[in-house]
Amino acid sequence: MSTLFSIVIDGVAYGMVLFTISVGLSVTMGLMRIVNLAHGGFALLGGAFTHWAMTGLGLPFLAAAPLAIAMVMLLSLPMERLLYRPIYKMGELQQVLATIGITFLIIASVNWWLGSTLQSIQLPAFMSGAVNLGLRTLPTQRVYVIIAGLLVICGLYILIERTRFGIKLRAAVDFPGTAACLGIDTSKIFLITFALGAGLAALGGILGAEILPIEAYYPLRYMVLFLTVVAVGGMGSITGSFLAALGLGILDTATRYLLPDFGTVFFYFAMILVLGIRPNGLLGKSLS
Amino acid sequence: MKFPSKWALATAGLAMIQSVAMADDTVKVGIIAPFSGPFASYGQQFKDGIDVYVAEHGVMAGTHKVEFVYKDSGGPNPAGVKAATQELLIKDGVKYLGGIVFTPNALAIAPLITQTKTPTVLFNAATSIINTKSPYFLRTSMTLPQVSAPMADWAIENGIKTVVTTVTDYGPGIDAETAFTKEFTAKGGKVIDAIRMPIQTSDFGPFLQRVKSKAPNAVFAFLPGGAPAFAFSKAYSDNGLAQAGIKAIGTGDIDDETTLQGLGASGIGIITSHHYSQAHDSPENKAFLAQLHKLRPNDVSNYATIGAYDGTFLLYKMISSTDGGDAAVKSVEGMSWTSPRGPVKLDPVSRSLDQNVYIREVVKGADGKLENKEIATYKDVPDLGMPAH
Repeated sequence: MSTLFSIVIDGVAYGMVLFTISVGLSVTMGLMRIVNLAHGGFALLGGAFTHWAMTGLGLPFLAAAPLAIAMVMLLSLPMERLLYRPIYKMGELQQVLATIGITFLIIASVNWWLGSTLQSIQLPAFMSGAVNLGLRTLPTQRVYVIIAGLLVICGLYILIERTRFGIKLRAAVDFPGTAACLGIDTSKIFLITFALGAGLAALGGILGAEILPIEAYYPLRYMVLFLTVVAVGGMGSITGSFLAALGLGILDTATRYLLPDFGTVFFYFAMILVLGIRPNGLLGKSLS
Repeated sequence: MKFPSKWALATAGLAMIQSVAMADDTVKVGIIAPFSGPFASYGQQFKDGIDVYVAEHGVMAGTHKVEFVYKDSGGPNPAGVKAATQELLIKDGVKYLGGIVFTPNALAIAPLITQTKTPTVLFNAATSIINTKSPYFLRTSMTLPQVSAPMADWAIENGIKTVVTTVTDYGPGIDAETAFTKEFTAKGGKVIDAIRMPIQTSDFGPFLQRVKSKAPNAVFAFLPGGAPAFAFSKAYSDNGLAQAGIKAIGTGDIDDETTLQGLGASGIGIITSHHYSQAHDSPENKAFLAQLHKLRPNDVSNYATIGAYDGTFLLYKMISSTDGGDAAVKSVEGMSWTSPRGPVKLDPVSRSLDQNVYIREVVKGADGKLENKEIATYKDVPDLGMPAH
């Protein structure tokens, strides 16, 4: 019983970390239909800026993290205009090649700037340590990640489904020509959405840094993880990513408790199974 | 008419280059290490060690001028390292080699250095078997069995009777688990669970919860340095194992100086065994650190830095007193000296160092930074992994 409880608690906590680091990718890759392999690069920049703001400028975490997210979003604006604009029109393979090139650029820049060692983010006292749940303890940081994850999914749902911006975004993605004719500024919509995706990536990089520590090779090391969550969840579905992240998190945690020697086999087996039965992912719409 | 074989040509070319090198009396040393990629910090640590030695002793070894030629190996990359070594030996005409981070990289060049009789000083590769693959390998780092067994001795002496081992599921992890378990059970300790963690693990919480449920006196850990070791220590402190009275012990790989500060408060109290701590209290280490900080004020010294520093010492000895080849290796076998890490001896059989292994505890130092404070010493430990011993 206590093992089951532990699996659920740890699984949800891990799944929420997976969700916060991949939801940005779900936005750019799913809503904007670009295969953005540089997603991890934005997460890395978020973590690296936070580390820099805390150690270099001496800011506390709660000031450094929003500053870092703002810096990443600001940086993403010229990148969208100069680099991504031409990439939108490319085929899928070309998008993969172009965005992995951007990933290498980001890795090399961070490596040159901060070196290849670990860039730690020291959490404030109220976020570190453990909370007692009665039956067992849970790292306090995970509680905040779970709260942040829930806020992100609610916020995105409202933004995309319930606001004028969301309607315009969906129109711009599905029928760009018609949307433009109706006076929707599609290029501006894409710019804002791209910056939103980059900002969410940065948030995920910062919140996930306890278990996916920030270092220059971060984007390549965890790329498969992000892509798995988005692919299993279904392209373009935020809820799908959420369910996939929780499911995979619980599954991966369960195997670690019960069958540690099997490693991550079940994680990838689940991916094959889901994509075998539902090629567009759990909640994916067919891309026709 | 018979054409000379490719090898004869290459050897003739090599001989010519060597005679040219001898004419201006410069001896070239090839250093193969990761200078780019995820392991680039090793290259930087090596370069620090070499530069400190050169700053202290000048560019002359006896009557020869020493010139270092650096080659980037990236990560574990046997084919690339083999090609780079061929290039160093034939094109650059190096007479000695040094560096090398990963075991597969060392194994890949063994046949080459045997053929060309090139003394090669391993600054880091840490599997015992490497030195049996060529008589020209010399090692100034450590081997995992060498540092894992003393950890078991210390545990027994300090009242730890039950342990759960947690190691990353790959070669060095299994080496560490085997050496620790053998020594620990031989001395009467009990390993109640042995967990091998997949190499891609990022969330170590579940493993540590499992450890916690078994309630051992301590958890023994080996993980590759950097991200995994960092995440493991975080998970150890966040899951309240210390409060439950479970000590964290392991090899120095999990808290080396390049990642130590990142652990923050969660690192305090972790106990590890290793052959070098930047906080080692000796005049040699103080002089070494003073020189390092004069050259690179922001760099730290870790096991790779010290491996390179002592390796450069051996290279200089060989260059100053011999013309290379077998005589060079002979000239340093059995040699003893005082390194910044403490007294060491190059064992003539294993060609690895017999050296002190220190048990260290992570504490907050006088400057407010974390350090590996030495709390016990096991003197003159040989490479316990050599079949000959």
